[in-house]
Amino acid sequence: MPIGDVAPEISIIVAAVLALLFAAFAPRRMQAGSALIALAGIAIAVALLLAQLGETRFTFSGTWALDGASLWARLMILISTAFCILLSPGWFRTDPRHGEYYTILLLGALGAMAMAGAGDLLQLVIAVLLSSVTGYTLAAWHRDWALSVEAGMKYFLMGALANALLITGVTLILGLLSSSEYADIATALKLGNGLSPLLFVGFALTITGVAFKLGAVPAHAWLPDVAEGAPVPSAAFLTVVPKIGAAIALARLVQLVPPEFLGLRPLIAVLAVATMTLGNLAALWQDDLRRLIGWSSVAQAGYLLMAITVLGLSPDALTALLVFVASYAIGNLTAFAVVAHLRGRTALNDYDGLAKRRPVAAAALVIAFLSLVGIPPTVGFLGKLTLFIATIDGGYTWLAVVAAANTVASLFYYARVMGRVYFGVPPENVAVMGRLSCSAMWIAAITVIVSSVLVETAIVAFGLSQLLPI
Amino acid sequence: MLTLAILIPMLGALALIILPSLSQSNARILAIGASTLSFLMLLIVWARFDTSVDAPAFQAFAEAAWIPSLGVAWRVGVDGMSLALSLMSGVLFIACISWPMENPERPRAYYAWFLFLESVSLGLFLVLDLLIFYVFFDLSLVGMFFLIGRWGHGDAERAALKFFIYTLAGSLAILLAIIGLVLSVDPITFDMRALIAAQPLAGMDLRGGLILLGFLVGFAVKAPLFPVHTWLPPAHVMAPGPVSAILAGVLLKMGTYGIVRIPFQMMRETFADYALPLAIVALASILWGAIVALGQTNLKRRIAYTSVNHMGYTVMGIAAAGALLTGAEGAREMALTGAVVEMVAHGLITGALFLIAGGFWARSETYDLNAFGGLANVAPRLTMAAVIAAFASLGLPGLAGFVAEVQIFVGTFAVFPWIAAIGLLGILITAALFLRLLQQLFFGDLPKDHEGFPDVSLREGTVLAALLALVVLIGIYPRWLLDLIGSATSAIIGG
Repeated sequence: MPIGDVAPEISIIVAAVLALLFAAFAPRRMQAGSALIALAGIAIAVALLLAQLGETRFTFSGTWALDGASLWARLMILISTAFCILLSPGWFRTDPRHGEYYTILLLGALGAMAMAGAGDLLQLVIAVLLSSVTGYTLAAWHRDWALSVEAGMKYFLMGALANALLITGVTLILGLLSSSEYADIATALKLGNGLSPLLFVGFALTITGVAFKLGAVPAHAWLPDVAEGAPVPSAAFLTVVPKIGAAIALARLVQLVPPEFLGLRPLIAVLAVATMTLGNLAALWQDDLRRLIGWSSVAQAGYLLMAITVLGLSPDALTALLVFVASYAIGNLTAFAVVAHLRGRTALNDYDGLAKRRPVAAAALVIAFLSLVGIPPTVGFLGKLTLFIATIDGGYTWLAVVAAANTVASLFYYARVMGRVYFGVPPENVAVMGRLSCSAMWIAAITVIVSSVLVETAIVAFGLSQLLPI
Repeated sequence: MLTLAILIPMLGALALIILPSLSQSNARILAIGASTLSFLMLLIVWARFDTSVDAPAFQAFAEAAWIPSLGVAWRVGVDGMSLALSLMSGVLFIACISWPMENPERPRAYYAWFLFLESVSLGLFLVLDLLIFYVFFDLSLVGMFFLIGRWGHGDAERAALKFFIYTLAGSLAILLAIIGLVLSVDPITFDMRALIAAQPLAGMDLRGGLILLGFLVGFAVKAPLFPVHTWLPPAHVMAPGPVSAILAGVLLKMGTYGIVRIPFQMMRETFADYALPLAIVALASILWGAIVALGQTNLKRRIAYTSVNHMGYTVMGIAAAGALLTGAEGAREMALTGAVVEMVAHGLITGALFLIAGGFWARSETYDLNAFGGLANVAPRLTMAAVIAAFASLGLPGLAGFVAEVQIFVGTFAVFPWIAAIGLLGILITAALFLRLLQQLFFGDLPKDHEGFPDVSLREGTVLAALLALVVLIGIYPRWLLDLIGSATSAIIGG
């Protein structure tokens, strides 16, 4: 068994176990030590991951894909998780189960990593389940608080349904093509074997199951509730990390089917349109900032699906997908970092005049939102730019036009918040969390700007990556 | 040099944000200093600028790599057109920054946003890379959004939002068109010079038409042309005077400049095919702007609608100039030169008019024309400035507007005689509306509550005098400006 191929994942598991043991024995005031263990585990995993640079092959009998796409996605997952850990100690300071939180967080990250690397349908199912089970826990962490429990409950119900659909879909594909390995499925489909309406149904159900993790239509409804009710570090984690894994998993799944068969790409395009439109329309009149970010994150999943639509039609599709996912992660984490630093304040009214009391937080929020709209010089602009280029290049110009129209609509709600923050009458005092969350906010906001300058490196690196099976 | 001209105001803006304990007057001095320094850089470029026939099209060129894999780089350079426009913008920014704040609240942030806006506006005119052009185009919206929303009055937040959304819709149309354009060259590049030389869409009917439509819609929103001008009046009315002056004087020019630089120059054939519809839209703007302006009783709304009218002249000239691929070179060159002169003249004249309008608000908190009268008796210097600006705007010979309009109309007559003939009506109406405006404000009976109406202060007077002196200078002796602009337009028309 080439155990070294999953060394990064092993180091995450080890860190998760160590964090749990530490939390079980350490006194209450030292629970934050688990965060350090988790960060150390992530650092080691990142180092081990970078050692895999340049690999493009299947391992573990074809169930695990080592390629550029999964490498960069797993790197993004680890960095995003580390960022969420920075937000946590302040938030859970008084929580008696503080230390355990990091274990669940790491296992959630592991689920997302497994999605990105899955090279086999059954492996995909296990990855989605791991990511889901931990996700429910993270969302409902404050078990005495109704909103948090409600978020976890909705997430769970939605997830149970989506996972059932996923398993049904996987069963259909497995039955029709008599293999669950991606390499075999790709070979069969290239020859046009086993094509049938039932296979389309199988793929559609599987895609729905993954769309749940992505927060895309038709399994998106949990996202706004989680964004509103889950503890803010969990909300930041759940709106970003599983999406990164799911994006790669979905891309791999779609790539199995050649563009000329089954009409899978038009289906994804329709999902993209539905997702972005619904997300933006629902966000328009939100007066709860966290719900607003939740809906905007649904809309962003719609944009992301554009890159998956043109996979195999435009040579830049994978690069665009990776750049966009990275830019979305940076923008969304920045927004949640601000919310966390402001102790999770959520009613839109409470953001009136924030700029006069907390100028840095206000600026960071505006930068995050400008990035999510895609206004230069933020990284979000480059994400959208590469996305639009790939989409138009792949022959889906109408989809790019719809996305542009959606971007205009989205500006309405983002700018409404920016307007309140800068033009409103400020409250007496705005409480903030602490030094750690403040520096996390700074780091994130600066990253939004700086990464747009350094984007060339990313484009070159992502451009060299491949998505198995080829 | 050009990079410095863009960078200096940006650094000034950063300095204003970072230095916490700056008083209002020091903040203003810093802002004036930064904008003057940036203007000096432009003057140096102008002094070295070669207007002879065989000079290179773009001068003072500089380049630095940014995203080579997408063909994007920091490229700056000027021709006569962009140099003239950036010089005008430089002057107008110094003027508007020197003008007293209408609502002296948070001065550091106010001047910082102004410098930011100056940096991106100059950047837009000076860059030769389509993507960075788009970056500056979008950033100008952000700057304007905050300036209107924060320092405006009345329902400023709503006006700012409307402005932001409308113009972002336009700019996204431009972004899609840009992508369509650059994808048709191989390897992909955003270099304007390469795209102008390549004419990548020649012979592509439908695709070229759609891309052209994207550009024209986007720039028409910004210009603005009828029927996508409706964001303009509320934005102007709610904005403080100096911000209105920049909005009308500089930001509107981005639309017309963009039309010339991108669709006109980079896709000649397609542009020529659709020049007639564009000219008709321009005609509609001329008439609509003039007629609606006539019906306004709000001082700022009236001036705002004359902008729609004036930008209509400009676009009509541009459409006439691009209507043919060969033939009538002289007339087309004249129309294009007129259009560019109109951009410069409109910037200075309307800038001055909006500053005057801002003065009215600062003194009486109303723009209602009926509330005033007989001000010539108490404010003779204000009257004098307003009369010159209004006459210049309606196109009186000897002032800058005339130089522009006469060339536009003469040039257009050779290409689209009917449109030019109907367009002349616009000039008549504008003349009527400005004369009525002057009459209502300055002549007749002085209402009781305006007996103590203060005349322009020394600072306001100096700013207005400088702007209007330029207007008169261009009107009487336009040679220097025409040489500069002509060097660009003859190259553009000649291909």
